[in-house]
Amino acid sequence: MMLIPCPWCGPRNETEFHYGGQAGVAYPRDPQALSDAEWAQFLFFRDNPKGVFAERWMHRSGCRRWFDLRRDTATNEILGAGAHEEQERTVSV
Amino acid sequence: MSGPFRLADGGRIDRERPVSFRFDGRDLQGFAGDTLASALLAQGVHQVATGIRYGRPRGVLAAGPEEPNALVQIEKPFPEPMLTATTVELREGLEAVGLPGQGRLSPDPDPARYDAVHEHCDVLVVGAGPAGLSAALAAARSGARVVLADADTEFGGGLLGSGEMLDHAPALEWVERARAELARRSEVRLLPRTTVTGHYDANYLIAVEDRGPDAFTRQRTWHIRAHEVVLATGAHERPLVFADNDRPGTMLAGAARTYLHRYAVLPGRRAVVFTTDDGAYAAALDLCGAGVEIAAVVDARPEAPPFWAKRCAEQGIPVRTGHAVVGTTGEEHVTGARVAALDPDTGALGPEEHHACDLLLVSGGWNPAVHLYSQARGPLAYDEAAGAFLPSGSVPGVHPAGAAAGLRTTAQCLSSGAVAGVQAASRLGLEATAAPRPETDPHPVPKGRPLWRVPDPDAGDPGRTQFVDLARDATVADVEKAVGAGLSSVEHIKRFTTIGTGHDQGRTSGTVSSGIIAGLLGADLAEVGTTTFRAPYSPVSFAALAGRERGELYDPIRVTAMHDWHVEQGAPFENVGQWKRPWYYPRPGESMEAAVLRECRAVRTGVGMQDVSTLGKIDVQGPDAAEFLDLVYTNMMSTLKLGRIRYGLMCHADGMVFDDGTVMRTGEHRYLISTTSGGAAGVLEHLEDWLQTEWTHLRVHLTSVTEQWATIALAGPRSREVLERACTGIDLDNADFPFMSWRNGTIAGRRARVCRISFSGELAFEINVPWWHGRQVWDALYAAGEPFGITPYGTETMHVLRAEKGFPIVGQDTDGTVTPQDLGMGWAVSKKKADFIGARSFSRPDNTRTDRKQLVGLIPAAGEGVLPEGTQIVETRVLPRPPVPMLGHVTSSYRSAALGTPFALALVKGGRDRIGQTVYGHVGDRLVPVEITDPVFYDKEGARRDG
Amino acid sequence: MTADLYGASPLAVRADALAASSSPSTVRIAEVPFRAQVTLRVDPRGAAAERIGAALGAALPGPGGVARTERVAVLGLGPDEWLLVGPEGAAQGLQDTLTAALDRAFGAVVDVSAHRTIVQVSGPKAREVLNKGCALDLHPRVFASDRCAQTDVARTSAILMRHDVVEPGFWVFVRASFARYLADWLIDAAAEYGG
Repeated sequence: MMLIPCPWCGPRNETEFHYGGQAGVAYPRDPQALSDAEWAQFLFFRDNPKGVFAERWMHRSGCRRWFDLRRDTATNEILGAGAHEEQERTVSV
Repeated sequence: MSGPFRLADGGRIDRERPVSFRFDGRDLQGFAGDTLASALLAQGVHQVATGIRYGRPRGVLAAGPEEPNALVQIEKPFPEPMLTATTVELREGLEAVGLPGQGRLSPDPDPARYDAVHEHCDVLVVGAGPAGLSAALAAARSGARVVLADADTEFGGGLLGSGEMLDHAPALEWVERARAELARRSEVRLLPRTTVTGHYDANYLIAVEDRGPDAFTRQRTWHIRAHEVVLATGAHERPLVFADNDRPGTMLAGAARTYLHRYAVLPGRRAVVFTTDDGAYAAALDLCGAGVEIAAVVDARPEAPPFWAKRCAEQGIPVRTGHAVVGTTGEEHVTGARVAALDPDTGALGPEEHHACDLLLVSGGWNPAVHLYSQARGPLAYDEAAGAFLPSGSVPGVHPAGAAAGLRTTAQCLSSGAVAGVQAASRLGLEATAAPRPETDPHPVPKGRPLWRVPDPDAGDPGRTQFVDLARDATVADVEKAVGAGLSSVEHIKRFTTIGTGHDQGRTSGTVSSGIIAGLLGADLAEVGTTTFRAPYSPVSFAALAGRERGELYDPIRVTAMHDWHVEQGAPFENVGQWKRPWYYPRPGESMEAAVLRECRAVRTGVGMQDVSTLGKIDVQGPDAAEFLDLVYTNMMSTLKLGRIRYGLMCHADGMVFDDGTVMRTGEHRYLISTTSGGAAGVLEHLEDWLQTEWTHLRVHLTSVTEQWATIALAGPRSREVLERACTGIDLDNADFPFMSWRNGTIAGRRARVCRISFSGELAFEINVPWWHGRQVWDALYAAGEPFGITPYGTETMHVLRAEKGFPIVGQDTDGTVTPQDLGMGWAVSKKKADFIGARSFSRPDNTRTDRKQLVGLIPAAGEGVLPEGTQIVETRVLPRPPVPMLGHVTSSYRSAALGTPFALALVKGGRDRIGQTVYGHVGDRLVPVEITDPVFYDKEGARRDG
Repeated sequence: MTADLYGASPLAVRADALAASSSPSTVRIAEVPFRAQVTLRVDPRGAAAERIGAALGAALPGPGGVARTERVAVLGLGPDEWLLVGPEGAAQGLQDTLTAALDRAFGAVVDVSAHRTIVQVSGPKAREVLNKGCALDLHPRVFASDRCAQTDVARTSAILMRHDVVEPGFWVFVRASFARYLADWLIDAAAEYGG
């Protein structure tokens, strides 16, 4: 049972959260300008590393805020969390 | 009374409280404080069970949860399979039978109560032996919140069975003082009879407390979140592997000592002690002192430990160094040990001698109980000196202590426990100091040298009776077979031989099997390693895992404000998500089919009412609300005028339909949107996701108000007349109150928001009032409708009526692979908006294929019944050879009063181009001809919605 | 009188069962119906938040905090979200106060009085009863008298607020549709303490 640090409510059991996959995948500015392949890349492709992963979580049972978290997917060690708007986008299409 | 092997005094049993029990059909007696195993041993009963593969007699090997052999099935007071006799507390009326390795579940429900509780503490100490008690005392004295859990019925751990002294008095007096001090502290919780079964992320541990059959709750599952964890889980003694090492009467040396000191039981009269470790000498001496004749101490090592050899000599106990027990005699009970000299380098055996005995004690060293440490991702390393895998490295907030950390003497355990307790408290910022360590018996630190396997003296089929895992009946021969087949990983060999997969999870066999494998492979044991330690540490019943989440409390039941009315009317309920929705309202003796046809007819020709409170409702407000709604719905919402309502479809970015509902503009910058009953939470999450993480510049706030409002649908050509009688403050004319608009009015004295929305195609209204007034307003509308024969209708009628109109239900007619265009709802997809969620996906090649499955209607051939939902649609009258090409499947299917025929909605490949064609539904072993039609069956012109 | 004004509260039908499961020496469970409840959304760093604080007579607390005035408890539910709880009938007045103080700044004020009802769980065993289904640490060292939390209780979501009056206690805010489930769960959880 991971203890996930919600930036607003403090550490809570993982069962209170909704997992949102890889962080930093921005919605394309102009989807219509993308090729079908580029659009498919945005829709369907995400990283899946063994190791440190920046990912999105939402505190479903609490404040319902989304935030980003860096977690080691092999050990579940949590390396840091922050409110979403304060974090930088690292990946975009 | 309680058996010929019981001593007249001593032990922790209560001779004033005899306990009657029945084992394998025999009526026996023991004492309060006995386990089933100790009570049986007191009677001289060693054979408790039989082996799972070969059916050989099996006895009691251990005195605790590591027992691999003595499996029993409890018959009374309640049936329970697969318990170990060494952990079953003896209770009056207990009835048990021995098991051949497998139990059976009772067909009767267990009447006992099981529950769960969450607990938080600063320091959790697992194990209440000398290390655990010292740790708990140190932590508690610092003011920390402490939980101390131990699987045994009383605290003391190894001290319970060792007869040691602390501070020149019996060690258990010190244990009692420690327990009493801890019990006095308000921030300490003591949990005896509680097994910590799992150690999960961030020091979340699961423990199961056995509260006994008389307690309110028989077992309680503790979910413990601890800042710091001290693992003082002790160690398990290892047996030795030699031929016929499974005879009843073969017992771990430490277990025999426990039976003597704790239960005042002599496990035999004449014993051979076979050891590779100093620890067994204490057992030999203690048993000797209690009157057991020690035929010999057989020590495989070249030299005996001088401290113990001297004491043996004083007692006249012969010690045979450089020798091994190579086999045993006896069938149902060991009758003798075959002893031979063993060359430590070549493994050559000398001539055999036979020692008669009725007890064969074995000790191959000790395995620290590292299970929880390993579950917590603590690394283990093989320690040559200890001859065992020990915790290595470190895990923040986890402190192994005592025997679990590889320590051997009580003095070491007391000290390391105190250090762990102080460290744990210090990490919390508390000031802690260890109390002075009580003075212990002056014993040297025991040493050992592992001997993983004694050579088999019996030529021919070696290793066949050298048992490695007694619980699985797996032998050295099995391991050799696995290695011979080319397996070299312990994990693979475990799966091949099943070693370590029994009820005991290989507590006595794990390291031994790794040692044997290393020997066979010629590999370093440190490299071979161990198999993975997984939770649970010991078996947990499903009832304990379920706790109170069963029956009515299994999952929440959500009800509306009008629920009791539906119950009073005798409506059966349909589960929609967690909601209970009335399905239909049968009259006395009426079938479901007849009731639904009647309800449908009432709505089409008169007036019906339905509780639609379950629809999700979200308040959307802010200066950018209109722009936001344009982005999340496929159709245009920003042009919606105050007082008006629009139907909307939501897609995910992949263009697949995800939810639908209405958008009601309630203010300049304010809207109330509705969602499907099951989709409310998902829609809110979806909207918050986009708002919070993508369109952070939009000034919009979302608030769930689903339960703020009770909602009543009034539908049918006479619905306006009903409302005229009940409602004031609204002009109900079509002109003043057109379709898809809302007004505020008053019903039964309550302010109500009335909407003209129809999900049946008929003239219809939806009335929203605060939850508290729902029942009252419902009653008022029902009364107002009585002159018109108002008919309450349920979800089934609602489904039929909407299907007649070709309105899809998201989640029933869609499955996450259906676009608006597939549904024939291209009209709800804006061509004007620059972008919205899903827009780009509609032009993906896959979404523009002409053979996509499209929503169509189906009419079965005359005389055919209702097609089952899920029916596969095929093209040909006769099934071709498999694989049969499938055209699609039926998503909704009903009988229709209005159409006079069964009908269905279906997703069919290229369906719209097939309208008019006959295809076939595969029903049972028949192919039923069905005609593909437009999905709108009734009132295609939409003439009925204005009444 | 109350029922006339407000209709039926979600747990009116469980009132007797809750009373029967209560015991003065261990745990008491009762519905606190019809409280005014208003959701407020506003940027806590802006002038509007200050105006609202002034109008209420209490600064808006941070997430998990509770501010109290004579009439109103203000629960911090998130970085820009609060739940205001007032006496029966106060919902419109509260909305008017908030809307006026907001003064067209970006924010939201929504009446949610009927969306949730409140169950009071109090007495020496209150914490133990709740912890059978709530994973939060409710120890007074951690969850003090000025704290609230949104979390799961049993298998439903709830807002918990410490509400110590004469004895330690909690208010559990639960959505109306889940109220009976929660009441039944509480009755079951309290059963061992005798009612």
